[in-house]
Amino acid sequence: MSIPVVKEAVRTEGVKRTRHRPLSTRDWLLSIVAYIIAAVFLVPYLEMIVTAVSPTNQLGTSRLFPSRIDFSNFTSLWSLGLGTNLGVSLEVAIGATILVTAVALPAAYYTARKKFRGRMFFLVLVLITQMFQPTALLVGIYAEFSHLGLTDSVFGLVIVNSAFNLAFATWIMTAYISSIPVELEEAAFVDGTTRFGALRRITLPLALPGIVTAMIFTFIAAWNELVVALMLTTTPSHQPLTVALDGFIGGYQIDWGHLFATSVISTIPVIILFAFIEGRVVGGLTAGSLK
Amino acid sequence: MNEDSETSAPQAMVRNSQRVTNVPKKNLIRRMEPIYWLGPAFLLIAGVVIMPVAFMVWTSFRNIDTVGFDHGFAGLASYRNLFALPDLRPVIIRTIVWLISVVSATMLIALPLAVLLNRQFPGRRAVRMALVAPWATSVFMTAIIFRWMLQPQSGLINIVGHALGLLHNIGLTSAQADWLGRPQSAFVWMIIVAIFVSLPFTTYTLLAGMQAIPGDIYEAAKVDGASAWRSFRAITMPLLKPAAVVALLINLMNVFNSFPIIWEMTRGGPGDQTATSTVFMYQLKSSSIPMAAAMSVVNFVVVAVIVIMFLRFSNWKERTI
Repeated sequence: MSIPVVKEAVRTEGVKRTRHRPLSTRDWLLSIVAYIIAAVFLVPYLEMIVTAVSPTNQLGTSRLFPSRIDFSNFTSLWSLGLGTNLGVSLEVAIGATILVTAVALPAAYYTARKKFRGRMFFLVLVLITQMFQPTALLVGIYAEFSHLGLTDSVFGLVIVNSAFNLAFATWIMTAYISSIPVELEEAAFVDGTTRFGALRRITLPLALPGIVTAMIFTFIAAWNELVVALMLTTTPSHQPLTVALDGFIGGYQIDWGHLFATSVISTIPVIILFAFIEGRVVGGLTAGSLK
Repeated sequence: MNEDSETSAPQAMVRNSQRVTNVPKKNLIRRMEPIYWLGPAFLLIAGVVIMPVAFMVWTSFRNIDTVGFDHGFAGLASYRNLFALPDLRPVIIRTIVWLISVVSATMLIALPLAVLLNRQFPGRRAVRMALVAPWATSVFMTAIIFRWMLQPQSGLINIVGHALGLLHNIGLTSAQADWLGRPQSAFVWMIIVAIFVSLPFTTYTLLAGMQAIPGDIYEAAKVDGASAWRSFRAITMPLLKPAAVVALLINLMNVFNSFPIIWEMTRGGPGDQTATSTVFMYQLKSSSIPMAAAMSVVNFVVVAVIVIMFLRFSNWKERTI
């Protein structure tokens, strides 16, 4: 795997180098094409926001924009019990983030620093987990979890989400830790620091971008997860927000106003969070198979 | 490495560099060491990824009723019932159409997009950020928004389509189009949504591949008088191949397992007329759990084939982690 820390440095250098070139007409044309494409990608999410702030009686009419902005969908959605579902989603996402970090960090550190028997086996196992998705194993997960009494529980959702995001976290953390020269840690030993002191003061801070990326990615993935939660949770108060919103769609009359108000609340923060890690996600998702 | 903390630092260094020293007493502890560090990760994978496979296969051989009561061993009955279903054939054909159309269109659109984003232009960062939206948002949310935009009377797509006269051109004159009401047009729109949500990851993966190509190769080609198109054909295309293969395989996997798009837009209906094998598996669950398990096992085999291809193509062995 290439060294992400170095790659990031090279990338910014590359931007600096080309900045001096004056822009040609062709560049301007290209950028206009790019803006149009960007707009196409944003339209659905803008439509989501517009619908959420429309007065209910103007939904279902053939007007593009409402005559006035109405936030009543946002204030009344709490009375539908969606606050509870939001809480469940938060518990699942935070729980999965903590568990993944606690499990992946030692594994990544050891794999990055040591040659040991079973290292390849572990890496391949992680790679396979990366490729498999919970959807493919849905019936099996359901059978196992009902056997263990883990259906309808936050803990059950936490461990499923942790397991399927473990691979991403392990890959990206391993990549970051192996890009930190061992000599830095060894220098700390010479200065009389213990192994854990070196880990805390040198390795962790330097690997922080990788760790933060893994944490944000896991949080978002768990927050967005629908399929497993749909299968495992039945009691409305134990369902995360995604399942609750899916229930809206199943109804005879779809309550679009509340549906999109809730979507805005649960989507916009996630898009902003994701924007922070966007540059580092590809490396983790492709399990470093790109040089 | 806990036991190293008491020894003096230089000693620890020597031991670190030689790795395996003959300290017979500590040998067992040393050999157990990976278990402390990797054990939790291994347990999680074993419990949530490997065990379900066993449970899934086991369920497919049992006779379990819809309430969940187990009536004993049923052999291959579930598989026989599954393959005897007249609906299975169209579902499989639809799954193949779904896979090929979504993945190939995604790859074909992502390549020029990546080329575009690899160039310098004002506002490039903003365009990159716009592509993040469908990637960060839950796929099921995007599918719901499209369902809303495809509403026959009030949907954005119909309003804009009418304003531009597009719908008129394809023969939809007076009545607004009920895209999701008919299985064929619904399926086409689901394919479009699937392409829409697959594009960001694919584009970024190809972009990462392009940025990894050293700039001096292009400069050398320029010196030799190569045109931009020729550089693209002779340098970018071949050097981009590993990234493209990885993106292709990951897309195959994601698109095959894709559930939320179809589920939120039509629930796979009417009946199972817009279901792929993944959605069909979920639909089967309400009529027969063992048959759903049998369908899962069949899907699992497809997924396993894609994983094996990924392991072979991604060249992971040559990398030094």
